[in-house]
Formats: sequence, structure tokens, C-alpha cells
Amino acid sequence: MFAACATPKVIEGLTWAMCYLTSGKHLDFYGSFVTVLLLLAVTAPVAMALGFGGAMAARSQIAPLRWFGKAYTAMVRGVPDIVYFLFFVIALDQGIEYLNHLRVCEDLSQPVFRGLEFHVCAEAKVPPATASPFMFQAYSFGLAVITFAIVFGAFVANVIYGAMQAVPRAQLETAEAYGMSHGQVFRRVLVPQMWTYALPGLTNLWMILIKATPLLFLLSVKDIVYYARELGGTKTQAYDYPHPDWRLYYFLGLLVFYLLMTKLSEIVLTRISNRLSKGQATAAGEAMRKAAI
Amino acid sequence: MSCWETFTDYALRSIGIGAKLLPKTDFTICQQFTLIGSGLIWNVYFGALALLFGFVLANALALARIAHSPWLRKPAEWFVFVFRGSPLFIQFFLAYELLVMLPRTGIELFGLTLTSSWLTKAWAGALIVLFLNTAAYSAEIFYGALRSIPKGDLEAAEAYGITGFAKFRRIQWPTMLRLAWPSYTNEAIFLFQSTTLVFFSGFPALSQQGDALYYANYFADKTFNPFIPYPIVAFYFVLLTLAVIGLFGRINRHLNRHLPQNIRSRIRLRPQLIR
Repeated sequence: MFAACATPKVIEGLTWAMCYLTSGKHLDFYGSFVTVLLLLAVTAPVAMALGFGGAMAARSQIAPLRWFGKAYTAMVRGVPDIVYFLFFVIALDQGIEYLNHLRVCEDLSQPVFRGLEFHVCAEAKVPPATASPFMFQAYSFGLAVITFAIVFGAFVANVIYGAMQAVPRAQLETAEAYGMSHGQVFRRVLVPQMWTYALPGLTNLWMILIKATPLLFLLSVKDIVYYARELGGTKTQAYDYPHPDWRLYYFLGLLVFYLLMTKLSEIVLTRISNRLSKGQATAAGEAMRKAAI
Repeated sequence: MSCWETFTDYALRSIGIGAKLLPKTDFTICQQFTLIGSGLIWNVYFGALALLFGFVLANALALARIAHSPWLRKPAEWFVFVFRGSPLFIQFFLAYELLVMLPRTGIELFGLTLTSSWLTKAWAGALIVLFLNTAAYSAEIFYGALRSIPKGDLEAAEAYGITGFAKFRRIQWPTMLRLAWPSYTNEAIFLFQSTTLVFFSGFPALSQQGDALYYANYFADKTFNPFIPYPIVAFYFVLLTLAVIGLFGRINRHLNRHLPQNIRSRIRLRPQLIR
């Protein structure tokens, strides 16, 4: 990157450190932090939308929709979610490949599930074997985002469903007494009041989502954990920048990154929570009213 | 091979007893059930021991957090923040790298040589991480409970002349446990589920002796079919969760035995999340 870095074997001290930290692999490493932030930025709104939809479905008057919503919110209880992550990604991948199989394969005589095993023809592989490494990365990242969104959507649905139940009945009945329709009660009274009850749960979920991002590594996306292991491993003289095993320091760096993210989120979310409690008929809102007098 | 033979071969495979080689072809449902169940031994081992040790440390931490002296309070706060604020996944990696760095030959201390290689094995290294992790999470729960002990109870104790350590032992601690127990039950379930990360992320599984998820992943990789092994893991964990709820529910009833039926605290299962 810098002219001084052309011959890394002869430089020393600070220049060496600077050159080392701006090598091509390290730039990829910094880029992978963007991957993690991108995952957060995409997953959070999608999971919110799915969760809101799930909670609405669980409260629906139409029975099949309600069953679906209840099943979706109940899905996440009692089973380690890492199991979901591993399961969903393969299941999604196979679902896509199966549809592709039906579309492009010529020989459909063989069943896809032979005994306990899964086979599709070579043309049906997604992404195709000839695709660029970037396409493979993008594909696994896409699968990861969908999986995160579905699993966290279920968590969010749980929280929002609970928050909707927590809004005092009297508020809704008053709105109905004023002649509002179901939709109007929902839009004008239930949803605005729900947030203050949902926020503690959602805050918790956001913290958990941050802490779940290293799972990307398990889904074979080249994320920060992958690069920390790659870059930190012992480098012999064959490499430009030989060094002993530094993985410990790379992981310490990741630890600090996560702690900073947690701290920052805590500060921002406390502000939002104070904002939302304003004028609400809850203990927090009451405390704020008294403090203002 | 009959299912019974499979069972005798693989039921204790995860702790190194029985057949050496894992099945390579012609997988049967029976093999999957047996091997994954055998891996569950590790999950139970990690979960149970980490909970046991973690409980003691968590009590100490909660007391330190509520102490007036900043010399006690600040370290406890930092400990809890570090372990709750970072992914368990990273903690496993970090601990493994840290333990590997210890000198191979052992540490000389007052003329004694302490060997350290056993620390890099999962049974010890991962247990330490899980122990510290659950201690941090439980400490937060116990701290919250300590703070929500009714003021009247403490004043009543003082009015009876119960002060100091006697007050803590007879009033504060039992009340704290009673208030914290429903949340603590969830923490216990949560911890058992986190044990699936041990062989999957940080610590290597030596001679293919891993936990339930390790074997499930093995089968899913070999058969390209996730629809059998992962539901089996889920099934086993639902059973484990039910067992934990049963046990902790009994303790909860014991803690609440002096209260009238209608104000006893009940254990409510909340959705379990990644840590």
C-alpha cells in the first residue's frame, strides 16, 4: 500500500507495524467488520418486520393464521438456537437446490432423498461450481441473513406479542367506546402504547443479535473470526511478515470490539427508553413526570 | 447390525468407551439416536458442573456488586460486563488461545511443577469458561433479586434484633434465592443449551469424542440431510430442558413452601437465546 512496504523483510519498528497492519489481508480483515455491521443493519429491520407480522398473526381472528403465528412464536422455546442456525441454512440451501433440480435436471428418475441422503444433479448446484469465490461468499451471506432474520423474527414476535398483551385493556376498551374500528384501535392506541412495554425485550434481543454475529463463522462466511484465526496463526519465514502465534491478541481485539458495541448500544437504547417512557402510564413514566415537577 | 449392537458399540462412544471408528456409510436412524445421545453426556457434564461451581461464585459476585466499597464493587461490575457483553463464542476462542500459550513443560512454583496441558483439553478449559460465564449471568440475576428484597422484611428482621451475618443468612439470602429462582431456572436451561458451542467452536474434539451437536453435525455432513440429526438434537434438548424444569421446579416449591399458594412465584419458561 505504501512505497516503504515494498520490501517487508528489511523494514523494522513502527514502519514494520504500519506496513503489517495495512497489508492486503488486513484490509480484508477490516472489511469483514463491515460484513458484520451489514448483517446487523439488514437483519434487525427484517426481523422486526417478521416479528411484527408474527405477533399480528398470533392475535388474528382467523384460526389458521393464528395457529401459524403461535407456532412461529413457540418455535424458539427449549431448543438451542445454534441448532436452528445449522438446520435452517442447510434446509434453505437444499430447498433452493431441490427447486433448481426440478427445473434444470434432465434425469429426474432418481429420487432426491436416497435413504437418508440428499442428491441433486451437478447442474442444479447453487451457486454453480464455476461461480466466482465472491458469489459463493455472497450466497452464504445471503443464507445467513435469511436464517438470522427468521430466528430473530421469532424472538421479536414473542416480545411484541407479550407487549401487545401488556397494554392495559381499559385503553383499548375506551378506544372502542369512542367508536373506533378494530384497525383504528390497533393503529392509534395499541401500537403506539406497545413500544414502551416491548422496548426492554427488544433491547435484550439487540444485545443478543450483536453477540450472535460470530455464528457467521459457523455458516462459512469469511467474517471477523475467520480472519482473526487466519491472520493470527503462526507465519513462517515464507511469508512477508513472519510472526509467532498472535491469535490471542486478535481475539482480544474482537473481544474489545464486542464490548464497545455493547456499551454503545446500552447508551443509545437507554436514551430511546427514556424517550418512550415520556407520558406513559407506567412506573418509569410516572417517575419522569415527578422528576419534571 | 442390530440396534442393540449399535447401542453397545456407541452408547458411550463420546467418552472413549466402545467402538473406535464412527460409522462411515449406510447410516441408520438407530446409529444417529445412539451417537447423538452419547454426545449428550458431555452437555450434561458441562452444564451440571458449571452450574454447581457458578452458583457459588455468582453469590460472591452479587454480594460484591451490592457492596459499598468500590474495591469490591468495581471488579465485580467489570467481570459481569466482560462476560455478559461479549459472545461466549469469542470467549471460548480466547480461552483456548490463552491456555495453549501456557508453557508445555508446566509452571515452576515454589519448587513444585504444575502441569498445564490438561487445561487445553475441553473437559477442563471449556468448563472454566462456562463456569465464569454462568457466574456472570447468574450474578446479575442474584444482584437484581438482592435489590428487590422488600424493605419491610429487612426492617422486621432488625426489629427482632437480627443483624449482621445472621440477618444475611436467615433473611436476605433465602429471600434472594426465592426471588431469583424463576430467572435462575431460565439461566440454567440457557447454560445447558450453550454447552453445544464447546466442541463446535473453540476446543478441538480429540479422537472424535464430542457433544450432541458435534455428532449431529457429523451426520449432517456425511448424509447431506439435516432433517434427521438436528431434530434428534432438538428432541434430546427438549427432554433435557424438561428435566431441568422438573428439578428446579421442586427446589422452587421448597423455597416457596412457607408462602400461601396464591403468592408463590412460578417458573415461567421464557424463550431461550444465544449468549
